[in-house]
Amino acid sequence: MSRLCVGSSHAYKVRISIKTALGNQAYVWNDNEMYLFRAAMAFALRSYHNGQEFNVSNIMVCNETPRVSFWFVVSSPENSSVLLKKGDVENAIRKSRNRINGAFLLTDQTLEFIDIPPTLAAPVMPVTPPWLIVFGVVMGAVGAGIIFLLVSSLVQSKRKKNKKTLDEDREDMRGIENGLGCDNLGGVYNTTFSDGDKFTPM
Amino acid sequence: MRLLLPNPGLDDRIHSYEDLERMDKEEAEDRPKWDNKAQYILTCVGFCIGIGNVWRFPYLCQSHGGGAFLIPYLILLVLEGMPLLLMEFAIGQRLRKGSVGVWRAINPYLTGIGIASMLVSLLIGLYYNTLIAWIMWYLFNSFQDPLPWTQCPLNENRTGYVPECQQSSTVDYYFYRVTLNTSASITDSGGLHWPVVVCLLAAWTVIGICYIRGISTSGKAVYVTALLPYVVLAIFLIRGLTLKGAMTGVKFLFTPNVDELMNPTTWLDAGAQVFYAFSLAWGGLISFSSYNPVHNNCKQDAIILSAVTGFTSIYAATVTYTIIGFRATEKYEQCISENIRTLLNAFGVPENSITTSNYDEAFLHLNSSHPDTILGLDIKICDMHKLLSEGVEGTGLAFIVFTEAITKMPGSPAWAVLFFVMLLCLGLSTLFGNIEGVVVPLKDLGVFPKKWPQEALTGVTCVVAFIFTLLFAQHSGLYWLTLFDNFAGSVPLLSIGFFEMIAVVYIYGVDRFNEDIKFMIGHKPNIFWQASWRIISPLIILIILVFYLVTQTQQQLTYLVWDPDSEEFPTLASIPYPPWINAVIFLLAGIPSLAMPLYALCRLIFVSCKKKR
Repeated sequence: MSRLCVGSSHAYKVRISIKTALGNQAYVWNDNEMYLFRAAMAFALRSYHNGQEFNVSNIMVCNETPRVSFWFVVSSPENSSVLLKKGDVENAIRKSRNRINGAFLLTDQTLEFIDIPPTLAAPVMPVTPPWLIVFGVVMGAVGAGIIFLLVSSLVQSKRKKNKKTLDEDREDMRGIENGLGCDNLGGVYNTTFSDGDKFTPM
Repeated sequence: MRLLLPNPGLDDRIHSYEDLERMDKEEAEDRPKWDNKAQYILTCVGFCIGIGNVWRFPYLCQSHGGGAFLIPYLILLVLEGMPLLLMEFAIGQRLRKGSVGVWRAINPYLTGIGIASMLVSLLIGLYYNTLIAWIMWYLFNSFQDPLPWTQCPLNENRTGYVPECQQSSTVDYYFYRVTLNTSASITDSGGLHWPVVVCLLAAWTVIGICYIRGISTSGKAVYVTALLPYVVLAIFLIRGLTLKGAMTGVKFLFTPNVDELMNPTTWLDAGAQVFYAFSLAWGGLISFSSYNPVHNNCKQDAIILSAVTGFTSIYAATVTYTIIGFRATEKYEQCISENIRTLLNAFGVPENSITTSNYDEAFLHLNSSHPDTILGLDIKICDMHKLLSEGVEGTGLAFIVFTEAITKMPGSPAWAVLFFVMLLCLGLSTLFGNIEGVVVPLKDLGVFPKKWPQEALTGVTCVVAFIFTLLFAQHSGLYWLTLFDNFAGSVPLLSIGFFEMIAVVYIYGVDRFNEDIKFMIGHKPNIFWQASWRIISPLIILIILVFYLVTQTQQQLTYLVWDPDSEEFPTLASIPYPPWINAVIFLLAGIPSLAMPLYALCRLIFVSCKKKR
């Protein structure tokens, strides 16, 4: 059966990095794990092609390396010498990728299907951009501060103006005793002390 | 040297000693005053310590021989920076006016120096506040986990990332594409990018409120903006030293290479850095000193400020390089891991057969046995030295290298917030001095009506400046900013500083200046100050200026662009400036530098025309 796998153009390469993913809790890759892989592939193909009953025997593996990488091909359940096209296999794997990863406790990066790029998770984007909130808080505080400072300086300058007019009024009142100005006392102007420009100079 | 140019009418234009004593006793001046000495010192420290201490000095230190760079830096700090500093402090304190007023009082023909200072402060303030706007954008975006610059957007069929992000990195993409939406050249303006406009609005509003009543509000703001950076640097130092690879960075920074001292560019760069670090010739320091009491000990202040600046530069450089060392180590290990993976995959050997410890021997063994296969693979050369030297200057340091390093630290959003708050404080405290150097000269020149209160002056200046800074909110804004950085802040400042020294020493008279200082602080400055004011400092500035002009005119005018279509992408491509840029450079650098002779000439013509009539 492996003859169909070797050098086939329909084969996919798989690379597994258990130690990278699990570190100290890494399990050893052996034939049992390989059996699980073939079973997982059969499961994926069954879920994708509803109706066709794929079996572990339809998944053929070859060229295994100590890296833990190998190639596999899928044969059709009806005729075991006909291999499934790459496109069908790819779509099946894509659909059940998470389940396959889960079976091995691996991720998209540590269980790699060469030439099947994983669908990436969208970047996290909250509903309201947080920067807008911070911006709003800062601008609100600054705006309130500006208004406060302007109003307080206006109030201060008004108070100063009132104090100034009060002082001016007090000055105006100095020449008026008992409410009467000097002009209204009804006196006579004494010309002795005038400058005397009317008279001829000496 | 008794060389003194004739300067008639000087005594009529300045306060006499009796006037000064009377004003001091009665506190009869209507100028603003500092609440206490601490405010003044903190304002000056904040003004001098700016973003350049974090992202310019460490790069210079590392590239010019590490620990050996400290020798020219400290020597020039003492010979060039300190004398100029004392000169600006003393002349401001004695003549009690802003920069335009001081030079006009010394001689009306010298008003051009004040005008030049104001123009330079304005131009620098415009692009400096744009940097603050970018810092604010990053600050606002740091309040989320995961940080937005750790993620790339996906392409259409969700199998990979957007090619621009894929080829460069998430931090590059976030800076050049998301934050700035950079176009491919300075001619391609591309309209305004609204996140930058919004952040510029925020930046100018914050500056407006801090300076709304002049130094009575900014003097209170500096308690935070001048002191917080030191606290944050301390926190980063402790965190940085506990990170892996920190000591590699610090060693790289300080390993002395004494041969670099023979290189004249080392001394030139040290001199230029001292000059810009002290914010000399901006006019702000003269203004700030004019609010001091007459008998304030300005000599002590100059010495304290020089010491603080020198210490802070070294302190900030150490912290910066712990983080750079950490990032370089992380990237180096990542590079080695990728190479190991490539080798493992190519040769199909079990996973743990090649590890970081036996990588070199394994590689050599494989290379000797299968050289062709190795050539076919994409084995990258992991160069620690290159990683430590890349992108460690300017905006690249803050927005790319540091942001990347922060993403690798646990608890990244907190570190990002701290880092950008520190940069914000550093920038704001420098801007206070900047805006002082713009508003006060405009008031002295009579551009603003005398009746207007300080609030109106600040408001109008901020609104007009905001409109001008929309130039940097375009898609090509980054290139305009680099242009301003290179040309508005270099030659004009050096020439203004040179003219200032000549004016004080040879037109105001160094003997009269000595008497003033004796009146103010009680004793004449000693022979060190005399020698540096008369000969050493002007000579140093002249040499730096001449060398700078010579090297600039010889270079072809090119600039670096972020062009996803270029071949070198993601490295920045170097393309020549368009021809009309020469006019812009003349406006930026030529007009302020020539303002002094031009004004003197105009006044000469005006006065002689009046006399003829």
